[in-house]
Amino acid sequence: MKHSITLNVNGEEWDVDVAPNETLLEVLRERIGIKSPKVGCETGDCGACTVILDGKTVRSCLVLAVEADGHGVLTVEALSKDGPNELQQMFIDRNSFQCGFCAPGIVLAVSELLATNPSPTEDEVKEAIAGNLCRCTGYTPIVEAVMEFVGKDEA
Amino acid sequence: MPIAHEFDYVKPASLDEAIAVLAEHGEGARVLAGGTDVVALLRNGAIAPEVVVDVKGIEGLADIQSAGDRLFIGPLVTFSDLIESELIRKRFPLFYEMAVKVASKGIRNRATIVGNICSAVPSCDAGPVLLVYEARVLILGPGGERTVHIDEWFTGPKKTDLQSGELVVGLEMSSSVQVCGGSYVKLGRYRGEDLAQVSVAVLVSSDYEYHVAFGAVGPTPVRARKLEAAIKGDKPTDEMLEVARKFIVRETSPITDIRATVEYRVHMLEVMLERGIRAAVARLNGGGPEYGTRHI
Repeated sequence: MKHSITLNVNGEEWDVDVAPNETLLEVLRERIGIKSPKVGCETGDCGACTVILDGKTVRSCLVLAVEADGHGVLTVEALSKDGPNELQQMFIDRNSFQCGFCAPGIVLAVSELLATNPSPTEDEVKEAIAGNLCRCTGYTPIVEAVMEFVGKDEA
Repeated sequence: MPIAHEFDYVKPASLDEAIAVLAEHGEGARVLAGGTDVVALLRNGAIAPEVVVDVKGIEGLADIQSAGDRLFIGPLVTFSDLIESELIRKRFPLFYEMAVKVASKGIRNRATIVGNICSAVPSCDAGPVLLVYEARVLILGPGGERTVHIDEWFTGPKKTDLQSGELVVGLEMSSSVQVCGGSYVKLGRYRGEDLAQVSVAVLVSSDYEYHVAFGAVGPTPVRARKLEAAIKGDKPTDEMLEVARKFIVRETSPITDIRATVEYRVHMLEVMLERGIRAAVARLNGGGPEYGTRHI
C-alpha cells in the first residue's frame, strides 16, 4: 500500500506517494531529483548517502521514506544555493577531494559538528567524519581544510 | 539495491495500539525504531516481515530518567541521546564511554540502545555494559508487563527472550553503589564503523567488588562471575591481574571469524581486561582517564 507523505527537502515541501520499502535515499534521488546523497554500500558503513534529518546526520539508505513523513531533510544542495559556502570553498581551496563521491556526506558531517562545536579539535573532526569513507585522499587534506576553516591550522 | 521485499508499514500512536498490531501479526511483525539494523536486514533479505511497526509515533519512549538510585532508559533513546545526556555524563558515565564507541555519528544519531540488544549480535556494545549494571529489560505484551533480567535476555546469537507479540518498553537498573568506577574497552579494526572484535566492561564498587562482562567472545555477551569472585575485595595488583587473566578461558568461548582469530581475541582480552580493571579502579578513586577514552 502506498503512503502519501510530505517531506520538507531543503526548505521546499514535497508531497510524494511512496511504498513502504522505498528508502529516503531512493526517494530523494529518483523522485525528487536531489542527487548529492550517493548510493554507496547501502549497509550504513560508508556514509556516502548522509543527509541531515531534523538537524542530525543520518544514513538515508537506512531510513524508510515513509519514516521521514513530516520531517525536514537537508542536503548539500541547501548549503550552496548561492555557490559554495565558506566551508565548501575551503575544501575547494585545499583541493580536499579527488573523485568527490564522499564529499556531500563529509560536508554535512562537518557541518553538523560545527553547528554544535564551532571550534573542534583535530580529534573531534576525525571522529565526526569517521563514518564517512574516502578512498582517494587518505583524509589528510579534508581534516586540514576543516582545521584551517576553524582557525586552527598549523600551516 | 532497492528493498525487494514488500511489506506494510504502520505507525501506532499508543502502546495499546502497538501491542494490538503485534498481537495480530505475531511473527509476521517487526518493530522499527532507529532502523539501522532493521532496514539493512530488510534489504539483504535476512528478514521478510508482513508488517513493519514503527514505534516512533508513541509519546514518552525517548526518556532517560533517574529517581533515587534508579536509572530508566526508554526504548527510543539513541546512542547520541546517551552521549548528550547530562544525567548520563554525571551519574552513569560508563554508558557515555560505551556510546561514544558505537559505530559512527550518523548511526548513533538513529540507533537505539534497546534496538542494539534486540538485534543481539554477540558483539553488541550495549550488552556488556548492561550486564555489569545488572539491568532489567521491561517488556509489554498481550498478557501485560514482565521483566527479564539482562542475564536471561540474550539466548543466542541474534536471539533474545523477547516473545512474539511483545515490545521492549525500557531498561531499568539501580546503581545500589553510588560510588563506583567503570570502564568499557572495545577493540575494532578501524574507528568509525566497526563491530567489536572483543569488548570488556568493568564496574567496581568502593569495597572492590567487581562486575565484569565480555562481548564478541561467545554466542552472547557474557558476565564473568567466576572471575569476579576470584578477584573480589582485591586491588589491581600484578598478582590480582594474573588471577583475573587466568579466568578468561573459563568465562569465554571465542571463535575465529572474519574479524579476528581465537588467538588474537584471547591475547587482546588479557590486555583489555587489565586496562579495564586498572581504569575502573583509578576512576573509583577519583583519577584515571576521562570517560570516553579508548584505552587501546
